[in-house]
Amino acid sequence: MVDSSRTGATAYRPRRLGLADRSRPYRVVLASRMRSQRSYRLNFGIDLFSSFVVGFVELAEVWLLFHNAPVIGGMDFRQILLVFGIGDLSWSLASLVFGHVDNLATYLRLGTLDVFYLRPQPLLLQLVTSDISLRRLTRAAVGLGALVVGLRANDIAWSPTHVALLLMTLVSAAITYAGTYVWAAGVQFFVVAGSELTNSVVYGGRYAATQVAAVWSAPLTVLFGYVFPMAMTAYVPTLVLLGLPAPAGLPAWLGWCTPVFAVWMWVFGLVMWRSGVRHYQGGGG
Amino acid sequence: MSIDGPDIVIETTGLTRVFTRRAGRGLRSLRRTALTAVDDLTLRVDAGEAVGYIGANGAGKSTTIKMLVGILVPSAGSVRTCGLDPVRDRRILARHVGVVFGQRSQLWWDLPVRESFAILAAIHRLRPSDATAREEELVARLEMGGYLDTPVRQLSLGQRMRAEVAAALLHRPRLVILDEPTIGLDVLSKQRLRQFLLAERAAHGTTLLLTTHDMGDIERLCDRVVLVDHGRAVHDGDLAGLARTVGARRELVVDLLAPSPDLVGIPHTVHLMSDGGGIRQRLAFDADATTAAQVLAAVASRAEVRDLTIEEPDIEDVVRRVYEASGRDR
Repeated sequence: MVDSSRTGATAYRPRRLGLADRSRPYRVVLASRMRSQRSYRLNFGIDLFSSFVVGFVELAEVWLLFHNAPVIGGMDFRQILLVFGIGDLSWSLASLVFGHVDNLATYLRLGTLDVFYLRPQPLLLQLVTSDISLRRLTRAAVGLGALVVGLRANDIAWSPTHVALLLMTLVSAAITYAGTYVWAAGVQFFVVAGSELTNSVVYGGRYAATQVAAVWSAPLTVLFGYVFPMAMTAYVPTLVLLGLPAPAGLPAWLGWCTPVFAVWMWVFGLVMWRSGVRHYQGGGG
Repeated sequence: MSIDGPDIVIETTGLTRVFTRRAGRGLRSLRRTALTAVDDLTLRVDAGEAVGYIGANGAGKSTTIKMLVGILVPSAGSVRTCGLDPVRDRRILARHVGVVFGQRSQLWWDLPVRESFAILAAIHRLRPSDATAREEELVARLEMGGYLDTPVRQLSLGQRMRAEVAAALLHRPRLVILDEPTIGLDVLSKQRLRQFLLAERAAHGTTLLLTTHDMGDIERLCDRVVLVDHGRAVHDGDLAGLARTVGARRELVVDLLAPSPDLVGIPHTVHLMSDGGGIRQRLAFDADATTAAQVLAAVASRAEVRDLTIEEPDIEDVVRRVYEASGRDR
């Protein structure tokens, strides 16, 4: 191996690093990204506002749907509000941190990824921490608002188990969505104009997550219930919270298995990412 | 340095990279065509060398660089950079190599230059005191003091390139790879950058690998030239040797005392032109087959010489010949 005295890289400290030291390069990048986003105040304000509007329109769309058909697939608007709140809040938080990851096609075109190769850090970690989308905060606020209203509007027999289920669901859902972003990035190594395809999973998936999965056809249930476990991020746990009957193909007990689906989505995502990197480097991927 | 010889910074053996592309469209695209971008390249660069890696567009220069730093996996052959396997040890290697891509930036376009440096120092885990000292050295040598607080997107190309070079050198890499660093720069900016690279090499013994289409870069910075053509190294040696490889000739210009007939028929020499009714004549000669003295003696036997100059082959011309030759069978 190369030691630093031989290479003249005297500035490099080969010693054991603590978490604070290890994360420092990433924190420095993220801090500067946040500073730079906020430094263009007007721009930042517009971004925050438009992100809020998008979230609000999504919510209005659900309301409109239920305004015309008060009960869909055994759920009314108050109940779907809870699904929407859980799904949208966790999706917005995942997008805040991971949202730019599915811009990989752009990174490839601009050569940014080659620059990542020149730095002594894992590629995916660099990609994730290369940016942060603060504008999603207002979107998350819409989700949080829907969640709070949804929790109050529904008659939930609260117990410590219910609280644990809700918290576990929010965390697992955010992790699941993050996994879909990683999956989408991996796909884009193979398909040059892959964002159309991956958008259908990432944004289509988010849309599906805030819908009543009971009305889905069997193929859709397989796709967004299990392969990309969107129904598990909000709909199925909500059935458990509210004590509603579960539709065929999506048993309610799966509402307790959200961490398993989060792990699955990350395995799926990382396998896709790894094979994408292999493909990019031409190592027989 | 090790005891048993110079330190090897780059070592490739039979390095080959083949790209496969789908031919045709749709479902019939299963047929693939193979393009060999780098073909059986064996190259060794010792510590402290400055090597110009030249060739026409598409000759395989960038592909080679990508294999040297671990972006691409070789199809065949082996590569070691700073004694490491670039793909497997990419993250360790990144601490020892600095790369400047003329066409892509490693700075943060919306941040001031100073902040980009601070981030890179953190990324490379430089000690704060080391980072400060190094940054001051680079800022002084590259004359960047005036725009450290300017966002990168507001810099001129010349300013940005200097910042790019500083960014690549901040962690004191032992190998610096520059991919067309002077592209688009004006004369003064080029000169500054070259002077800096010479000084950096003198001060730290940095190894340089440089791809460029600017022969001034090669003439001023490199003591060795590797010419690639269709992925193969067709010349590895000094510039003069390159001129001989492509058959570029030295030229002798003689001013005669009186107008004389064209000086034709001198062995290994071609008469190029005569001016002033034959007062000034230009002869090209093959430096491998004859010497300037022999040619001059032959001229002097026919006419009285008043003055003379000998012109070395123009490097631009040398490379143009190579590129043209390679273009013909493309």
